[in-house]
Amino acid sequence: MSAWLSQHRAALASAFRRLFVAPMSTVLSLLVIGIALTLPAFGYVLLDNLRDLGSRASGVKQISVFMDLGASRKEVGEIEGRLRQAAGLGWRFVPREEALKRLQQTEGMAEIVASLPRNPLPDAFIVEPQDTEPAALEALGKELASWPKVAHVQLDSAWVKRFDAFLRLGRLALMMLAGLFAAGLVAVTFNTIRLQVMAQAAEIEVARMIGATDAFIRRPFLYYGALQGAFGGLLAAGLMLGGLQLLAGPVGELAALYGTAFALQAPATSGAVVLAAGGALLGWFGAQLSVSLSLRKFD
Amino acid sequence: MIVASNLTKRYPGGYEAVRDVSFDISAGQMVLIGGHSGAGKTTLVKLIASIERPTSGSLVVNGQNLAALRRSAIPYVRRHFGLIFQDQKLLFDRSALDNVLLPLQIAGLSRRDAVRRAQAALDKVGLLAREKANPIALSGGEQQRLAIARAVVNRPTVLLADEPTANLDVDSARDILDLFADFNRVGVTVVVATHDQSWIERCHPNVLRLDHGRLV
Repeated sequence: MSAWLSQHRAALASAFRRLFVAPMSTVLSLLVIGIALTLPAFGYVLLDNLRDLGSRASGVKQISVFMDLGASRKEVGEIEGRLRQAAGLGWRFVPREEALKRLQQTEGMAEIVASLPRNPLPDAFIVEPQDTEPAALEALGKELASWPKVAHVQLDSAWVKRFDAFLRLGRLALMMLAGLFAAGLVAVTFNTIRLQVMAQAAEIEVARMIGATDAFIRRPFLYYGALQGAFGGLLAAGLMLGGLQLLAGPVGELAALYGTAFALQAPATSGAVVLAAGGALLGWFGAQLSVSLSLRKFD
Repeated sequence: MIVASNLTKRYPGGYEAVRDVSFDISAGQMVLIGGHSGAGKTTLVKLIASIERPTSGSLVVNGQNLAALRRSAIPYVRRHFGLIFQDQKLLFDRSALDNVLLPLQIAGLSRRDAVRRAQAALDKVGLLAREKANPIALSGGEQQRLAIARAVVNRPTVLLADEPTANLDVDSARDILDLFADFNRVGVTVVVATHDQSWIERCHPNVLRLDHGRLV
């Protein structure tokens, strides 16, 4: 066990040393890997922010349940009771008086409302389900519409569907982009390791002759690939945070012009860890592929 | 210890470097593999060290038939040998000490133990004072002694050398010969492929003479 640990320690140290042997080439490789990881990661964060913005937009993924104008307090209370018992629903009651008051406060509506002989607005419930998938929203809307004394159920399902389809398309495009850049990262690591194996040919030949196993020879290269990928991932996290920082101001100003407050959300620290781990994994894979093919020449 | 039976090595193209060779080397022996250039000495050394695989016949080292060995087992067999080559195969991107440390790193020794043993090996060949020197700064004889230190540092049961004195002056060659004799005296089996007759005069080894791949 201690021999195994000692060999891994030595391989890791050797991989670190190799990173600093040719600093310029290391920096360039890290930049390529960093940028390759930044683009899909940045896209993911933007899409996540967009999804958040969409779900916070007024009315989206909410169901308005309008009661019959003739519904009594008891009948409204019965609907309230049903909503209270339903699992996975948030809701609030908007009495018709409050609805009228809000309408009055809307610019240009005060005079119109004042001219009305009576309150034309019904009691309403604003329902916010936890499951906001378009299909689930539609099913819930249908169920709510079937309840007694419910006159109308309003769900902007077309908007929800369009938005959801847009997000799905974005996610798919992002996955394709991530796949392409992951392949790019593997290719960069593959080539770097191939050059390293060529440069270390004498050492590999001697090591094999004096009893080194393939695992022993591979190990420093695998660590090198993983380290390069991990540092590339951290660089990508840095670039992404820098980009978000730069965009935060203009996005906030744009949102203010539309009368809403919106701030770009940066991913948590775990995002950087995921990027570094992903980079390390891809780097390890590229190195494994490269060193396995390169070592065949020494057989 | 090393038993060859009808050992043959045929290269692609049909050239037979070693033909139907049989011999038995006991533990602690010093054996010289002699013969003119192209007789098959180097091929025989490579077969014993598992650098080459026999085409037919068997070669048993420490009870293991190398001809039937799985590829993954070969590195562990090689660790029984201390290999020394005519061109030393030293690494010139590191110090003498680091060259000697390599077999110990492969064996998985801790850095501290490895350094202690590597320094002892360098001391044995008279190079401890030059442990930090790059091999390129060493003379031909010193380089060969460094190669011997690397070969013996793992305490192998067999020292296997291919023309270890070929490129050396008389004095350096004598030093190397004496070193081999010293290791043989403490029980290490020594197998040397060489056409240098001074080995016979100085060490009185058993001789396996090859001619066109055959034992004569």
